[in-house]
Amino acid sequence: MNVALVKSTEQPYGELFAEARGRLPGDGLVASARKAAFDDFAARGLPHRRIEEWKYTDLRALLRTVAPLAPSPEKAALARAAVAVKALGIDGTQKFVLVDGVFVPQLSDVNGLEKGVSVRTLRDALEDKDNAVRADLLRTTVASDAMISLNAALATDGMVIDVADGVTLTKPLHIVHVATSSETSHVTRSLVKIGKGAKATLVESFAAADGAKAYQAHDSIVVWLGDDAALEHVRLMEDALDAANITTGIFTLGARTRLNSFGLTRGGAVSRYQGFITFAGEGSELATNGVNLLGNRRLGDTTLVVDHTVPNCVSREVFRAVLDDQAHSVFQGRIIVRQIAQKTDGKMMTRALLLSDECEADNKPELEIFADDVACGHGATAGAIDEELLFYLRARGLPEKEAQGLLIAAFVGEAIESIVDDGLRDIAISTAERWLAARG
Amino acid sequence: MTALLEVKGLKVQVEDNEILHGLDLTVNDGEIHAIMGPNGSGKSTLSHVIAGKPGYDVTGGEILFKGEDLLEMEPDERAAKGVFLAFQYPMEIPGVATMTFLRTALNAQRKARGESEFSTPDFLKKVKEVSARLGIPQDMLKRGVNVGFSGGEKKRNEVLQMALFEPSLCILDEMDSGLDIDALRIAADGVNALRAKNRSMIVITHYQRLLNYIVPDFVHVMSKGRVVTSGGKELALELEKSGYAQFEDKAA
Repeated sequence: MNVALVKSTEQPYGELFAEARGRLPGDGLVASARKAAFDDFAARGLPHRRIEEWKYTDLRALLRTVAPLAPSPEKAALARAAVAVKALGIDGTQKFVLVDGVFVPQLSDVNGLEKGVSVRTLRDALEDKDNAVRADLLRTTVASDAMISLNAALATDGMVIDVADGVTLTKPLHIVHVATSSETSHVTRSLVKIGKGAKATLVESFAAADGAKAYQAHDSIVVWLGDDAALEHVRLMEDALDAANITTGIFTLGARTRLNSFGLTRGGAVSRYQGFITFAGEGSELATNGVNLLGNRRLGDTTLVVDHTVPNCVSREVFRAVLDDQAHSVFQGRIIVRQIAQKTDGKMMTRALLLSDECEADNKPELEIFADDVACGHGATAGAIDEELLFYLRARGLPEKEAQGLLIAAFVGEAIESIVDDGLRDIAISTAERWLAARG
Repeated sequence: MTALLEVKGLKVQVEDNEILHGLDLTVNDGEIHAIMGPNGSGKSTLSHVIAGKPGYDVTGGEILFKGEDLLEMEPDERAAKGVFLAFQYPMEIPGVATMTFLRTALNAQRKARGESEFSTPDFLKKVKEVSARLGIPQDMLKRGVNVGFSGGEKKRNEVLQMALFEPSLCILDEMDSGLDIDALRIAADGVNALRAKNRSMIVITHYQRLLNYIVPDFVHVMSKGRVVTSGGKELALELEKSGYAQFEDKAA
């Protein structure tokens, strides 16, 4: 019964790849890896509601098709992008700016890299003939998914960042995605290695330049933490109202690492962040927190798979969604505890605050536990603002909107408080405040 | 002279049940009125309606505050005009630091009155001074509003707000509930320190005990949605001896 659907979508995808091919970096090994990835995507087509992992985010219905690759940005587009980068208001980071999927050195901080950091573009890395395993840059082993394959097939650029063993960075590394062109796809893939005992902060921003409409951002971020490494990771998504953002995060954690990851989504008609986090060494700690602030008819989907493959690791997931109008928030959290992963401590808690009668929050926790000596749990709530609390604040003199704002800020606060860097935390807080103010 | 608060013929319904059947109460500047009565007599309903809690239908009568129609005002407007309800069960608000809450509320009231907002240093100075007087430790102010506070601490936090906001009418709704005798004494001392010529209080209580600490000028007994008898502070002592039963017959 699916045959007809697959057929109807197969044709345009062939064209999509044929058109893109000439612009995609890497030949030989890389090109065949892309071809294999594309064939996998074309065979599956855009994920739809009958695929369990995409049950609530039916891309076939929401996107219909994959938009053609954006052209390389021209001078006027770069000027608009520069304004958007400035509007982020994030200072003091080492910025690497990708405009419509292409690295733009003149908008980036290419000089003044801290000692122990090496950075190149994905384009360079894929074209590096001296690297016999360059095609591996496009391969994903921990998960298999049509959108992961699409990303590998069409990635035009991205950052490849290496932080040497034992280095502690003082400046956050900051990958900035800016969209300038409309109804196009911007396909990026970045790879970040944090060496043994190294400490770093990685920020990712998604923003739209003035006039960028209905674009599709398809991104992957692949991160390795060496033994004893620590990474603070902050994602701030402020895409255009009618844009789509489909991002896959792949994290592999060595022994005794600490990963503290936070994501905030207030943009895009459709935003899906799927994170696959694997504990590969013992004694590591993961905190992954997120906030969705969604109005209009936006959909924000966070899907996480946390895989405990070794004993003695701790994972914590705290998610908050604030929904207004006809917005839709999805949280799917799977925690896998393999048989040898004894003494695993995994917990997730997700809560949704519903500000309208028409919004929707879906929550799907999945615990797959094969070990017998573990502590795992999950909890979920969804509800309106507590009228008793609201009255208490109003009886103390706060006008209704202000009282609501204070309660909403407190609601998302628990997730935002997890950001260690003061500056980044303030940015997340002010992003939330802007969203509240815009609610009016 | 205009009374501070005039409740005239107040009728209130919740859903289709009439709870107050034409209640009258006049409070002048600086007076302390105790309202006593058995459970279900409508004491808390009266306090909620004065403060503007949603969910009550006023079907008759009026409430004038400083001569203005209180029922036309939003709860926050009433607070800015000088009405303060000390809650029987103060709410816990995780994630909102007490200090932030106090400053936001105080400045919202000042703004509504067209007064300048407090600067942070001035505000801190004021809170420090008032909280020291009430024996409220500074670390309590850093915690979420009422989160993890004991019953006594919650009531002291209400008194702290009363002291900061300087309302002209304080309504203490069953302030004694859930407090042991020491906690009650501390809270009552805090309230007594706020007695002033330009500040009136309505003390709502089921038991006479609280009135040993906060001595009222007038005592009203409510039963079945009406004030059935009024008198001086000796009325409370009389009630302690003979109970409410005599008045229930009167209301019927």
